[in-house]
Amino acid sequence: MTASPNASGPSGVLDGNLPEQPFGLPSPLIRDLRGVYTLWLRDVIRLWRDRVRLIGSFIQPLLFLFILGGGIRARFSGPNPSLDYQTFIFPGILAMSILFTASFAGIAVVWDREVGFLKEVLVAPLSRTAVVMGKVLGGSTNSLIQATILLGLYPFFGIHLSGFRFVLALGVMFLIGISQTAMGIALSVRMSSTQGFMVLLNFVILPLYFLSGAMFPMDRLPLWLAIFARIDPVTYGVDLLRGLLLGIHHFSYFVDFGALVVFGATMVWIAVRLFKQEAPAF
Amino acid sequence: MELHRALKYNHPMIEVEKLTKIYSSSRSKRTAVDDVSFSVPKGEFFALLGPNGAGKTTTISILATILSPTSGEVRVDGIDVRKDPHLVRQKIGVIFQDPSLDDRLSAFENMEFHGRLYGMPREVRSRRSEFLLNMVELWDRRNDLVRTFSGGMRRRLEIARGLMHFPQLLILDEPTIGLDPKTRRSLWEYIHRARREWTMTILLTTHYLEEADGADRVAIMDQGRFVALDTPAALKKSLGPEVIILETPEENRDSLRKHLVGRYGPSLEIHDEGEGRISFPLPSHERSSVQLIRELPGTILSVTVRTPHLDDVFIQLTGRGMVPTDEGTAPFHRVYRGKL
Repeated sequence: MTASPNASGPSGVLDGNLPEQPFGLPSPLIRDLRGVYTLWLRDVIRLWRDRVRLIGSFIQPLLFLFILGGGIRARFSGPNPSLDYQTFIFPGILAMSILFTASFAGIAVVWDREVGFLKEVLVAPLSRTAVVMGKVLGGSTNSLIQATILLGLYPFFGIHLSGFRFVLALGVMFLIGISQTAMGIALSVRMSSTQGFMVLLNFVILPLYFLSGAMFPMDRLPLWLAIFARIDPVTYGVDLLRGLLLGIHHFSYFVDFGALVVFGATMVWIAVRLFKQEAPAF
Repeated sequence: MELHRALKYNHPMIEVEKLTKIYSSSRSKRTAVDDVSFSVPKGEFFALLGPNGAGKTTTISILATILSPTSGEVRVDGIDVRKDPHLVRQKIGVIFQDPSLDDRLSAFENMEFHGRLYGMPREVRSRRSEFLLNMVELWDRRNDLVRTFSGGMRRRLEIARGLMHFPQLLILDEPTIGLDPKTRRSLWEYIHRARREWTMTILLTTHYLEEADGADRVAIMDQGRFVALDTPAALKKSLGPEVIILETPEENRDSLRKHLVGRYGPSLEIHDEGEGRISFPLPSHERSSVQLIRELPGTILSVTVRTPHLDDVFIQLTGRGMVPTDEGTAPFHRVYRGKL
């Protein structure tokens, strides 16, 4: 015995004489979760439509990996003499791909504001937290998809990965993606032009990336660089990823993971706080 | 149940009491809405009319829960916009002045997205999308990306989307700015059709008196305050009669004046407008200006009938002119040219 909802009533119900909305309203939590899913789905559909972006985003990491990596390889002596430079930077290149694609989620927010679509989302009945979470998950999923394809190159670098470590690496990449997407969204809140945002992003992303130890070992650094590298939250994500893929890490897994989670949670919190002030003009 | 429903229907759709909104920054303070109170019963079509910067947009942004009031009470369908913004949002549909579609998604996906955000179950969404896309004549293009659509098609899609979740209050912010006359007409046709189907209250902001003419009541806003609130007919009546402007050759001028004085009596105020034109207010007992024009003696080169328009209301109420709009005053003039 199934109850017949209003929706499956006689034809005309959806187009006729109804003073009230002819569907039951979900609880606020369910509504927010559905909203998060809807925003996530939109980002994934858009990435799939925009395959040029999907393919184009591989070019930069590959250039770093093969040209820069190939050039420095001959003169490199890392923490372990048998370790080749290209293999050493491979986890760092994955982190770079995530950093750049995840920060793009911020550009997507600025873009939505520019074309007016953000207004549609902001007058919809879901909380600002749900809006931010939807964008964060959408952006980090996009960056995870791209990083996973790059991760698939691991056999070419003489890396052996168990299925378990592969999954752990995906988890770490997703966490880096979440914190970076949230950072991008937090930075995007006051921005009204994509060009301005690109400039801002370069001031933030490039230092974070270069200081992170993605391109060089953390031992034998000059003092000032060692200090800045320790302040940079991306360092811990790169270190964790390198530990999982290559078995080399400078900090303990516990420190790495803790720093990554604290950084991610802080960024999400800031993004939500800033987003609550968002008041679009009609 | 019936009693519950009856009680629900007793309160107005919009209740605004002593609403004030002050924008303050470190350097300045600006009062955008200044102690405004009004209420709109369910099913009414209410228009907010006024120049840019009058506070119309701020008022509707507060109703749409995007801005919070500095002070005052605002309720939509009895729900306080500050206490339960989500419940309010579920009840309102907004059609924005500027585009707000995702042009990388198809028409159907834009509708789907909206339906999901408003918690509509799948089968309700798809039937509702089909009905509305058919209404705005976009069903055949439902799977095309919005970026391939013309401006008029996008506008129609936005209307369909705004009606998707059966809003009880539809907020239209300057909805016809930049639209061609055909799209403008069909927009109103769709909205009136939707209004016949379910009880929907409409809140419109506009610069155009012509558009506010269809409203049940019009509030004229200036510098954050309501300067008038009445039915369009009453507002126009308060402005006085139509003014007739006649252009005639020099030799016909005197016989024309004599005819008019003979017809309406010596108290008729006839002004010389220069360039061979004279003007006079049409006395209220004259039933039709067309009848008068037919009966004028001699050669008439042109006749202009000026009906009172927003500028006149506005000047009368505030002593200042409205900011000129792109439309100018064209809709309010009817011009007959050539031999009559």
